[in-house]
Amino acid sequence: MLAFWHGAFGSAFAFWSATLVRATPLLYVGLAVALAFRAGVMNIGAEGQLILGAIGASIVALRLGSAPTVIVVPLMLLGGMLGGALWAGLAAWLRKRFGVLEVISTIMLNFVALALISWMVRGPLQEPTRVYPMSATFAVGAHWPFVIPGQRLHIGFVVALLAAGILWFILARTAVGFRIRAIGAGARAAQSAGGVDAATLSARVFVWSGALAGLAGASEVGGVTWALYEGLSPGYGYTAIAVALLARLDPRWVIVTAIFFGALEAGGASMQREAGVPAVAVQIITATVLLTVLAVARWREHVTRQRVTDGL
Amino acid sequence: MIELVVVPFLEAAVRTATPLAFAALGELVTERSGVINLGLEGTIIAGCLGAAMAASVGGGGVGYLGAALSGMAMAAVFGLFVVTLRADQIIAGTALTVLGLGLTGTIFRVAPMFAGAGLTLPTTGTLPIPGLSTIPLVGPVLFDQPLATYALYVLVPLIAWWLARTQSGLALRATGESPEAARAAGVSVARVQWGAILFGGAMGGLCGGTLVLAQVGAFNEGMSAGRGFIAIAIVVLGRWSAVGTAGAAMVFGAAFALQYLFQSLGLALPYQLFIALPYLLTLVLLATLRGRARAPAHLGA
Repeated sequence: MLAFWHGAFGSAFAFWSATLVRATPLLYVGLAVALAFRAGVMNIGAEGQLILGAIGASIVALRLGSAPTVIVVPLMLLGGMLGGALWAGLAAWLRKRFGVLEVISTIMLNFVALALISWMVRGPLQEPTRVYPMSATFAVGAHWPFVIPGQRLHIGFVVALLAAGILWFILARTAVGFRIRAIGAGARAAQSAGGVDAATLSARVFVWSGALAGLAGASEVGGVTWALYEGLSPGYGYTAIAVALLARLDPRWVIVTAIFFGALEAGGASMQREAGVPAVAVQIITATVLLTVLAVARWREHVTRQRVTDGL
Repeated sequence: MIELVVVPFLEAAVRTATPLAFAALGELVTERSGVINLGLEGTIIAGCLGAAMAASVGGGGVGYLGAALSGMAMAAVFGLFVVTLRADQIIAGTALTVLGLGLTGTIFRVAPMFAGAGLTLPTTGTLPIPGLSTIPLVGPVLFDQPLATYALYVLVPLIAWWLARTQSGLALRATGESPEAARAAGVSVARVQWGAILFGGAMGGLCGGTLVLAQVGAFNEGMSAGRGFIAIAIVVLGRWSAVGTAGAAMVFGAAFALQYLFQSLGLALPYQLFIALPYLLTLVLLATLRGRARAPAHLGA
């Protein structure tokens, strides 16, 4: 436990350079899942969309890395969004055109994305000596600037906070956000009573959700690894579901829960180093959190219903 | 040509399809009761670990028993949330998958029996059926396989018959189509779904057991490698029928076996293509078979 605390919060370095750095991709994918679930789109494919985002941003970085940072970083963000949006768009298209359930299609696409990145780092994007399964290290222009000198926290975190703010504003304060929440609450009712084209809107939300997840990949290659690797994500796309649900799909709370799970990841890594507790044990905690949230939600509903039937 | 290429290819296809068919047939029964178990992946990996631990103590037979029981234990957690608490199936299933991978990974790294060089088990070899296994082509492909594969030859028609012709099979299907109607007819919906989930768990566990005891001979972290999700796709491809599911499992087995075939033919294609192939195939078939495939009306609700 002590080792866990050391790794996650024990020092300024642990917090800024371990916990927040790991919270960054979780924040993007958590927002992606929160947005999709809000609209009733069961996007289980954030993992694959993250990978495609990483590939997209890496292509930009490898081509334009020698250009100034102010130009390269925004283009990498765009490349990441495009990659993720493309992958989610595929599932959205399969859903809208052929009625293929997104739960199944996004899981399949996660596996295809893993095969794709495995091929990329051994094929078209492999480093010039063709020895290691990775891309060349990006030129300095494509290294995302650090937020605080001497700490590993990069601007990807700031962009993610910004994304959370924008997403909250759209969902809570705009007409589009209202329609998104309406189709999430009941697509048929929104369609007949509200005149919302539910199929088109949910497809659009799906694509934007993929773009958000793609940003996680861009932020990892641009801010952490500075090259494209196969094992980029230890399952961030699946943890994202826990991140989003624990936040009750509210973008503001996703910031808090992403940092919580970032601390779990950082603490888990340190537990393995210092106390010999395997880092996979963190997954047990993730699962327990998910199940607890589910149970609490059911209990709350039960209490509410009880009150209604009791006439309170 | 046939002896050197086609027979090994088909033999590998049946071998690869066997664990998939176990998991998919279990998931088929679960889904026919109106419940989709996305935690199947967690169930399978629990079955892998249960098989390895039980077999190291009591041998192959005990190993299969341990696999089935581990799978059922995981499924019981799922049933508790989905049937008893009526929580969201997709999220409970996802949690179960994460739980299974985390739990087995932790036990594997902590338990002393896996320390050092790791535990290796003797795999149960193939059991050629006298007479049948000497038939050209069909013999070596279908009748020179491990016992687990033969169990499927019995299970597939049995499940098909049970679903179509028995009172309890009808109760199961009614529950998946319309729980209200089933309830009105005197069926205990909760009990039917619990039974279907536990059966799916046992079969998922046996999928893991087959992997460990008949194929790999050891436990590795994450060795289920997405088979739970593939099995769910297989059920969809098999259009929620037992025979269809077995056929779809063969299609996937063949897709995996294709990589051996292409290697033996010396074709220089990136191997990742073959890894991706079954998943792409599922997507294409799901899109093109639309309309003819129909899920149980109440699935996932």
